[in-house]
Amino acid sequence: MIEVKELRRSFGPVTAVDGISFNVAKGEVLGLLGPNGAGKTTAMRILACFLQPDSGTATVCGHDILKNPVEVRNSIGYLAENVPLYNEMTVGSFLNFICDVREIKGKERKEMLDRVIPLCSIDSVYHQTIDTLSKGYKRRVGLAATLLHDPDVLILDEPTDGLDPNQKHGVRKLINNMSKDKCIIISTHILEEVEAICSRTIIVAKGRILADSTPAALKEEHKCGLDAVFRKITISRPETQDMRQKTKKT
Amino acid sequence: MNSFCAVFKRELKSYFSTPLAYVFLVIFLFFSGYLTFKKGFYTIRQADMNTFFVNLPLLFVFMVPSTAMRLWAEERKGGTIELLFTLPITISQAVLGKFVAAWLFLGIALALTFPMVITVAYLGEPDIGLIVVGYLGSFLMAGGFLAIGCFFSAISKNQVISFVLSVVVCAIFVYAGMPTTLNYFAGFLPMGLVSAIENMSMMTHFESLQKGVIKFSDITYFILLISGWIYACGIILDERKAK
Repeated sequence: MIEVKELRRSFGPVTAVDGISFNVAKGEVLGLLGPNGAGKTTAMRILACFLQPDSGTATVCGHDILKNPVEVRNSIGYLAENVPLYNEMTVGSFLNFICDVREIKGKERKEMLDRVIPLCSIDSVYHQTIDTLSKGYKRRVGLAATLLHDPDVLILDEPTDGLDPNQKHGVRKLINNMSKDKCIIISTHILEEVEAICSRTIIVAKGRILADSTPAALKEEHKCGLDAVFRKITISRPETQDMRQKTKKT
Repeated sequence: MNSFCAVFKRELKSYFSTPLAYVFLVIFLFFSGYLTFKKGFYTIRQADMNTFFVNLPLLFVFMVPSTAMRLWAEERKGGTIELLFTLPITISQAVLGKFVAAWLFLGIALALTFPMVITVAYLGEPDIGLIVVGYLGSFLMAGGFLAIGCFFSAISKNQVISFVLSVVVCAIFVYAGMPTTLNYFAGFLPMGLVSAIENMSMMTHFESLQKGVIKFSDITYFILLISGWIYACGIILDERKAK
């Protein structure tokens, strides 16, 4: 459902994404792992057609991100890293705005809202202004907006960040339940999350793919836990070694 | 079309869900009335709205950029631009949706000056056609200033910078057509160039409409001005949305 071919994107002298290629099929939950500044968010933003790549391309549900960005956005649900929301709106009016944009009307709108509101546990704050919500609730409102049109592809940038353990468990359960019929990409720093929900992991650093395997296969290959695998793979890069040597000297 | 309507609806509602609209309307209505009466509305003893319309360019130079400055700067600063442009909305739909909502809001502000029309009608027998064309000219001028403000709002994340740049450019568009400015330019520039500056100024076309004559050239001027700045806004936004 997602085919990424040699994506590259730079911001001035910094190369955020450096020629990454991968495919994700229906039923897969792909976890994008990597240290801060690895290029995970940039890659996701390119797939969500928010950013244009310098070179390379990708197709989502058969639509090219460069040629048909609106169709791509129609077929995906994207949750951005900091969950940007219109704070002056109430939760209800915000979700209705998303329905307006996605042309979900009448009975279908009611059904979609009735499905997604309890799913994300935001019934109690439906009439509340978004500005007054806690970080966890804001993230759940963002998640509800992402799931509203029941997209085939979900791109979730750190979906459990800011949630309490119960909410994290709930979101992971939700992702697990949806995973059979959808193609899901999540980025996270929480390695236990990868083990709990991802059927496949891609480890990126400095914009490049360093590993592409299942969490179990990675652990088996390196004979250690996933956090140790993560450190081994990302710290063994020459740039990071230089940094470590400099730190030792000081 | 639906995405345009959704953006338009949300934007228009957002004015009234915050104190912004009410503060703007109170200040605008107070100063438009105050300046009219201060400039001798009664002493000229004429039942027309010339003293009202003549103050609007100066008022708009400050008031319209204050409406426009938040349009894109706020979206960029708050990160909601990422939400907006990962929904199935094109840049032109978003830019037009926001612009038309803000323009309609300014139209509402102008419409709320209706007590002035009632006052003039009560005191004498004004030429209603002249008043209608005066309002049309004011609405078009507000659109022109708004398009400029929209562009500068897309340029910077900082609303203050957007506001200052918009005020400066709007002031240039107003003052370039003033007789004192044109006389100054006539001292060292060829007449063709002075005439070009005069025709580029918003004042020339606004004053032309205030005479009650709807000229094709004046309407075209405002349409081109608005389209040009809005188009530039779309380009800048596409370029800078993620920066």
